Amino acid sequence: MSAPNDIQSRNVQTEARLWLAQRVSAMILGLAVVVHLGTIIVAVQGGLSAAEIVGRIGGNPRWTAFYAVFVLAIAVHAPIGLRSILNEMTALSPRRVDLLCFIAAAFLAVMGYRVVRDFYLIGGAA
Amino acid sequence: MSEDTLTVSVWRGDGEKGSYVDYEVPRMESQTVLDVITYIQRRLDNSLSYRYACRVGMCGSCAMTINGKPRWTCRTHVSKVAPDGKLTVGPLRSMNVVKDLSVEMTEFFDKWARAEGKFHPTKTRNDDFEKVSPSDRKRKQASAGIECIGCGVCYSACDVVSWKSDYLGPAALNRAWTLVNDARDGGQKARLQAVAGDAGCHACHSQQGCVEGCPKHLNPTASIAGLKRAAAMAALKGDLK
Repeated sequence: MSAPNDIQSRNVQTEARLWLAQRVSAMILGLAVVVHLGTIIVAVQGGLSAAEIVGRIGGNPRWTAFYAVFVLAIAVHAPIGLRSILNEMTALSPRRVDLLCFIAAAFLAVMGYRVVRDFYLIGGAA
Repeated sequence: MSEDTLTVSVWRGDGEKGSYVDYEVPRMESQTVLDVITYIQRRLDNSLSYRYACRVGMCGSCAMTINGKPRWTCRTHVSKVAPDGKLTVGPLRSMNVVKDLSVEMTEFFDKWARAEGKFHPTKTRNDDFEKVSPSDRKRKQASAGIECIGCGVCYSACDVVSWKSDYLGPAALNRAWTLVNDARDGGQKARLQAVAGDAGCHACHSQQGCVEGCPKHLNPTASIAGLKRAAAMAALKGDLK
């Protein structure tokens, strides 16, 4: 058996809220991934290329909003899961794990937002 | 080994020092693993320590690890677990071994207390009975979990318990869930505070080892999922502070 750690003493309210955030973002991702894969399979006719993608979502506010929500859900969902894994599998302190996961969330959000924004701009609607 | 003899390897020693010792036990009709262990203790080696009481699947005393899996021994037939005539019997995993097959269950039951597995009454003897319909949703959820006999099989089967010593475990959380669904109980806020978090329901991986092992066919994983939902609702209201 492993040695007791200080996770137990952490704020259970935060833990429960993070759990809920991860489940809600998972629901959004479930739908978003189906739409995303569906459009790849259905909409792509001439090979998957940047031109195809820009043609589909570039300048279109609805697709831009869809992918903005998609990116947000990823930025919420993935770091919470990563946090659980790091807390359970490594000897890193909980505080350090939280910091790493916050950085991961910010990285995913910024990178994702840039892609969404750039495709929208390339589409020429800005 | 002949067809009418079982080869039984039994753990002898404590949690730190010991080894498996082989015994030859006559094969009998409708023989349970507890019968086998009792035969060894009565006829072959009376220094063997093990625990049992009711012998009929009610008391939850006799659980051991049989051929790698935690099971109740009194209602586990040899024919089911040892078709090849070989049995390996050890103490339950994740519990300290007192001697041979007897384990220390204090921590296991202390966790029931830590999970607020205690009933908090809200009425006195002067009040009328609480009217709970058998068809009530919460009553049904409680009924699904209340047949636990506290044998420790789920606790021993759980991988999360094995690597996270402060995790409350499936039995204690299942008990808490039955009380969360008890309309008469007045300790709900404290209970959800006790079972939420990474030492409680949120540590469960939903691997369902507990479900597979439970001799009473309960579903502690479903109970823990219920606790996660209840904790989430409480967290939204700010009740977990």
